[in-house]
Order: sequence, then C-alpha cells, then structure tokens
Amino acid sequence: MPSVSDRHRVKLDHVSLTYETSYEKAPTLRSTARRLGRRERLVREIKALKGVSLQVPEGMVLGVVGPNGAGKSTLLRTVAGILPPTEGRIEVRGRVSTLLALGVAFNRDLSGRDNVMLGGLAAGMSRAELLQRYDEIVDWAELRDVMDLPMRTYSSGMAGRLGFSVAAHMDPDIVLVDEALSVGDAHFRRKSFAKMRSLCEESRTILIVSHALGSIRELCDQAIWLEKGAMEMWDHPDAVVDAYTSFHGIQEGELDKEDI
Amino acid sequence: MAAEPDQSTHDGAAVSGTVAADASRDRIPARPAWRAELSDEVSVYEPYRFGLPPLRRYLRDAWRRRDFATELSRTSLHAQHFDTAFGQLWLLLNPLLLALIYFLLVDLLRAGQQGSGYFAHLMAGLFAFQLVGGAVTQAAKSVVAGQRLILNTAFPRTLLPLSSVITAIKRFLPSVLIYAPVHIAAGLPVGPALLWLVPVAVLLALFACGAALLAAAAQVYVRDLSSFLPYLLRLWLYGSPVLYYFSDLSQRSKAILAINPLTPLLASLSDILQNGAAPSVAVMALGVAWTAVTFLGGTLFFISRERDFAVRL
Repeated sequence: MPSVSDRHRVKLDHVSLTYETSYEKAPTLRSTARRLGRRERLVREIKALKGVSLQVPEGMVLGVVGPNGAGKSTLLRTVAGILPPTEGRIEVRGRVSTLLALGVAFNRDLSGRDNVMLGGLAAGMSRAELLQRYDEIVDWAELRDVMDLPMRTYSSGMAGRLGFSVAAHMDPDIVLVDEALSVGDAHFRRKSFAKMRSLCEESRTILIVSHALGSIRELCDQAIWLEKGAMEMWDHPDAVVDAYTSFHGIQEGELDKEDI
Repeated sequence: MAAEPDQSTHDGAAVSGTVAADASRDRIPARPAWRAELSDEVSVYEPYRFGLPPLRRYLRDAWRRRDFATELSRTSLHAQHFDTAFGQLWLLLNPLLLALIYFLLVDLLRAGQQGSGYFAHLMAGLFAFQLVGGAVTQAAKSVVAGQRLILNTAFPRTLLPLSSVITAIKRFLPSVLIYAPVHIAAGLPVGPALLWLVPVAVLLALFACGAALLAAAAQVYVRDLSSFLPYLLRLWLYGSPVLYYFSDLSQRSKAILAINPLTPLLASLSDILQNGAAPSVAVMALGVAWTAVTFLGGTLFFISRERDFAVRL
C-alpha cells in the first residue's frame, strides 16, 4: 500500500477530471443510426476538474465555495470514489459517508424505511449496525409516522431531512456534504446546522460544499474556492469568502438568506 | 487548460501554517467513547482505461455488501406484491399458464402427435429458460434504475444486476413445485439420476449471472436495448430445445442450435428428466464451457466498464 501521511484523511494530487457529455437525451441505437449518415459528433468535452491538489488532515472541516458548474460536486464525487479521475491520484483513509445533492431517495416507490436500509447497506454498513441506528435516524428526522409510506409521498423537505439524518448517523470517518445545510424549514435548518457543528466537534473530517457563506465561515477551518474546475484559492474561510464575494461582486447578504 | 500556476504547485506548506494556528478554535478534540475505532483503510483512486479495479478488494467489498443485493431483491418483489397471498398464487399460476399456451400452440401445429412426456419437457425447459430470461430482463433495467444510488454512493455496481438474478431465482423456485406433480403424472422416471439436476441448476444460475451482467452494462450504452430485449428473448427461446426435442431436429437445425449457448444445458435438462439417465458427458462439458464463457465474459465486461457508469447516467 502506498503510504499516506498519518495526518491526512484525504489527499488529492493534481487531480483532473474530463468527460464527454452528449447532447442527446440518452444513447440509443435509433439515434446512432439516424446520426450515422450525417457524421455529426454530438459530444462535448467537459473539464470538470483541472489539476486540483489538496490535503485534508484528520479532523479538519474544509469548505468548498464557487459558482454553479465550478466542479464542487464533482470534487466530492471523486473523493467518494464515485467518479475516477482522468489524471492524478486520490487517497482516502477511512469510511466515507456521502450526503450529496440527490439525497437518500434511491427508489421513490419504495418506503422511507426501505430506502434508508438500502442506502445504508450500499454504503457498507451491516444490517445489524443499521437496525441499531434506525430509531436514532428516524427520530432525528422526526419522520416516524411516514417511514412505511412510499417516498414519492414525501415533500422534498422531508426527503432532505431523512437524507441528512442517514448521512449524519452513519458514524463515518469522513463526511462529504453537498448543499445539504438548507434542508427543511427553519426548525430543521437550525437542527441540521447544530448537527453539523457537533459532527465537526467530534473531530471528523468533513468537506462541505455550500452557497451559504455564513455557514462556511462559521463551521470550517479552511476553505477552497473553485472556479471553472481549477482551485483559485486555499486559505482561511474568511479570506476565501471575502475574495470570492468581491471577485463575483456579490453582496454576501444576498446569498445568506438561506442561512440562519 | 492548465491550472493557475501558483495553485497547482501548492504544496500545502504555506496554508498549513495559517491553519495550524487556527485549528484549535471551537474544537473539542476528544472523540466520544461510543465512537468506533477509526478505520485506517486506504482507498486509492487513479485514472483507468479498460482495466479492472483491484479484484481482491472489489470482491471483498461486494461480499461485505451482499445484504444489499438480497434486500434490493426483497424490496423489488415486495413492490410487485409478490409477498402477498395472491401475489404468490400468481407466481405459481403465471408459469403454468405460459406452459399451457405453448402446449396448445404445439398441439395445434402437430395435431396431437406428441408423447406423454412432452408437456413435462415443455414445462421444464420453459421454466429453466425463464430463469435466464427473467434475470436478463430485470438486470437490463437495474443499473439505469439505480442511477441515483450510483451517483451518490461508491459500491460494487455488480450488486445491482446480481440482485435481479436473486429475484429471478426466487421466482423460479415455486415453478419447481408446479413441475413435480406433472412429472409424476406423466409417468416419467424418478431415481438417483435426478441428482444431476443440481449441477445443471447451478450452471443455469451462473449462466444467468453472466447474461444479466452483460445486459445491464450494455443497457448503459444502448438505452433502447430493453425495448429490443423481449424480441431477442423470444427468438432465443424459439432457438432453444424447449418447444421441441433436440433429438427430433434435422441435421441442419441441430447445426443452427449449436450456436445457442443455452442448448447444451437445456438438452441435458431434458435428458435427465425424460430418460432418467445421466446426461451425455460431451454435452455437459459443452454446457460447462458455455457457462464459463458467459459468466466470466459478462462479469469481466461489467466490472471493467462500471467506473464509467457514473458519467454515462
């Protein structure tokens, strides 16, 4: 095994990720056959990450800011091992729990309970561990009454709460959070913020993507600013947020309405 | 395009300095007592082309999550109401009705010329074929249906189609109950040669795994595959020794059926059940070879492509 410095939980070494995306809705034989005569190539190359190098020591809370399409979610997916890099190398030490934009609902026709079980089992928890934590997950999300209903009957806020609760109770070494601080109503926003803070205090390693710049300032030890897939800045969160807002000419207050 | 030069050459030293001084703020360093030991398992992600991921680790990860595949199969049967009394009745009736329809068809075509064992032959072949066909049909949808999970969690993707195979096996088992009385009523032999059914069933299940993995991966690249699949499967069924006996075929038809990978297994199955005898060694060897090719081919193809799925979905 290649050695990882003891203090690094996540290490990215010149990581680039390029992929081709198609203009078509979905690749089918029919569309391929229709296209053959015309010799068009309906693909566009997307450089989602460009040579990002980063080390996240154990216990650090790292914030990631940047405009839409800057590669923030892609960065989290490469760390989670979902998207392999096109160049560079990523080392991750420990169990990763993901709370990415899509939440827990993997099949909306299944009940909330089934989705929690399937999501947890896929993430590598054992059935016993899940059952042991199931009550805690459900109680935290305050959704006990609806756990046996199909998830298509949930509001988006309810689904978001459940997703947050699952990720927060998985006892991970590394938590990846994508835009999940603003789930639910004011009550839950406050609750999830408090939960995030207690996760931070338990000295887990956390990567947070958020447009809520106030939370980034408050929760993070360091922050990075991604712009078009490249790392623009890596520094103290206050410095990064200040530079980011002044570069884009944003009033921080505008963005923080979502925040508490 | 290159990254900003001062960023890409970042060695972390300058930044670590500012942070080390800052790391103590608002931080309770102690880990709660209930907290499990930190895992020190290192995962490395690097670029790839067509190669396989480290297999030992892959298999260990898949085995650790085997409950996921069984749970997914259970919930999908549940969603189709197969855990209710009527649902289970339907599981028994559906293959029986299918066999009756084909029996009527062949009876009309052949003007009632078939022997007493024919219905049993038809049923056994149909149920065995359905095991493979059902697994392939379900698996073709599995990866695309699991899109959200694939984009959210890293796990061995083979578990999705394998869960479809588990579902197909669970749906196959009740048909054994239907077949048994028909076998006895037709006066077919019952004896120790029936033990040969065990290796044939295992081979069929492995074959189903390979075909299911192949279909699931192909569906990601050719999204209308699942629309063609019913026609392909019907063609495959008609080209298999199910509606007729392999031994009744002309030399020319036998040559055509020889390219069907399922022919040896289905012919052996019919041999065992109809004659109560061990299948021919040559045919079984061919069945083992085709199963090995399908299983390894499907598995390796799927595993070599699966890291590409997340950007294709």
